Amino acid sequence: MSIFENIIIILYLATLGYLGFIGYKQTKNSADYMIAGGNTHPFVMALSYGATFISTAAIVGFGGVAAWLGNSLLWLTFCNIFVGVFIAFVFLGNPTRKMGIRLNAHTFPELLGKRFNSKFIQIFGGILIACFMPLYASAVLIGGTQFLVAYFHTDYHMALLVFSIIITGYVLAGGLKGVMLTDALQGTIMFIAMIVLLIMVFSAVGGIDAGFSKLDMVWDKTVATLSTVSMKELKPGSADFMMKLSTAWGFQGWNKMPQFFSEGWLFVITTITMGVGIGVLAQPQLVVRFMTVKSKNELNRAVLIGGIFIIAMTGIVFMVGSLSNVWYFEFNNGKNALQSAGGVGQVIPHFINLAMPKWFAFIFLFALISAAMSTLSSQFHTMGTAIGRDIFEQIGSKKYNSILVTRIGVVLMIIVSVTLAYFFDKQPAIIARSTSIFFALCASIFLPTYFGGLFWKRMTRKGAIASMIVGTVVTTFWLLFVHFQEAKQLGMCKLLFGTNSLLTGKIIFVDAMLIALPLSIATAIIVSLMSKPEEESLIQKCFED
Amino acid sequence: MGSFDLGVGLAFWLMCASALLCVAYGLIYWNKDKEEKALDTSSWESDEAKINEEL
Repeated sequence: MSIFENIIIILYLATLGYLGFIGYKQTKNSADYMIAGGNTHPFVMALSYGATFISTAAIVGFGGVAAWLGNSLLWLTFCNIFVGVFIAFVFLGNPTRKMGIRLNAHTFPELLGKRFNSKFIQIFGGILIACFMPLYASAVLIGGTQFLVAYFHTDYHMALLVFSIIITGYVLAGGLKGVMLTDALQGTIMFIAMIVLLIMVFSAVGGIDAGFSKLDMVWDKTVATLSTVSMKELKPGSADFMMKLSTAWGFQGWNKMPQFFSEGWLFVITTITMGVGIGVLAQPQLVVRFMTVKSKNELNRAVLIGGIFIIAMTGIVFMVGSLSNVWYFEFNNGKNALQSAGGVGQVIPHFINLAMPKWFAFIFLFALISAAMSTLSSQFHTMGTAIGRDIFEQIGSKKYNSILVTRIGVVLMIIVSVTLAYFFDKQPAIIARSTSIFFALCASIFLPTYFGGLFWKRMTRKGAIASMIVGTVVTTFWLLFVHFQEAKQLGMCKLLFGTNSLLTGKIIFVDAMLIALPLSIATAIIVSLMSKPEEESLIQKCFED
Repeated sequence: MGSFDLGVGLAFWLMCASALLCVAYGLIYWNKDKEEKALDTSSWESDEAKINEEL
């Protein structure tokens, strides 16, 4: 490593330490620690939301999927911007912020619990976060650590330890203020790196139109030729096997949508686009950010920044993932991206190291580490508040110091996440699935209660609890016994029934959220209408200033 | 972008349009909603001070 690289790394760590220190100095009470005092700058809020939203998995994992399946993934970017930013900020942001103020809510489960006057809802939400978010966090932790290992040629466990200690430092000291300030810095680094990446890739493939046009030719020469080969002749998991699988699923080219209602279409639209795109609305670590600003103006301004940030993240990386096929074909002996890199997860790192200059690979490393750190710090903070505020403080009758309890919760959940990352580093596929499992669970469990809580005064506590239970049971059942990826990888169905899925046909490609969410919505409506309306005093407290 | 089929082309243009929508919304409403509701944290601060004293 050169002196220049060492200086940059030290400067980066020193800046993180300084921002964490600012957060620490500005944290006077639990509102500061949990919701950043409610007076965050819109630039910081929007970048923090975006940087938390976009993890290393989104850049490397989904970028690799785009190299495999093509530009149909742009539907996810559309959903990320329109649903994840516009709908979220314009329609959910201010009602969430105002209700949070009226109810003095410090966390997302607390907001739901106080809206329905139910400790059960708050504790249940806290338990869900404490049980499932560590898996999601460990996936991000493994991804970030693996990049450190690859770049610095260091031991995995040592890198994991150092990486975790740095994040623990500023989350523990600075609370949400420290987390959001560092997120804003990391978001800025990610944004600059992605813009430079786009320009360099378009330049390398001969321009925008030329690059995309060449994709059809590369598909014809490297994938369409596999039409005469049987799947049985190919090694499972190999690049050619994956490309052949994509054609069997109905994919017809990197610039084309898969055939309507084919397995590939269902995968792209239900699992990738809707599962992730809609699931984001009920992510506790994102919803809490609406409570960190002092007025609707800040939310309006954050829409502008958030929209630009997300298109620069997923929009660029999906196009770069697809276009990497052209670059590899032209500069790597007529091979496509998967054939050159060896696997979906390897495409983006391999492409950056091979196709980009050394100095850019260093900048991109920072972007990826920043993406991992910004997501992780928010996850650690949310898990800490879930353990401390939503579970521990609600179970006992004695009052505790909220900041102290939350800090203990943060440390506890970091230990759990790091332990998972320590043991599961050899099984990233199973851990990586936890990301989509967490999104599906959050959407089907929280979304009806969150929406109903904000916009439907007639929704009752019984309706909310029944909806959350139905969402949990149906999602768990679908993931364990039906969905083609999770049911197979989790192995419970095979163990009990001797088969990978209880159902057959295209239905097993439908995401758990698409089955569970309508059922939990229907349950919320039916049970609410059948039960006694909530007290007028509670409704006034929630909806009137 | 002529090489995109209808489905991918639609996704691309909707992606661009939604980003533009965010920019336009942000600019139009940059300073239009001035309602400010500061968090009432005085009770939290006094509660926490009391708990800290007890501890």
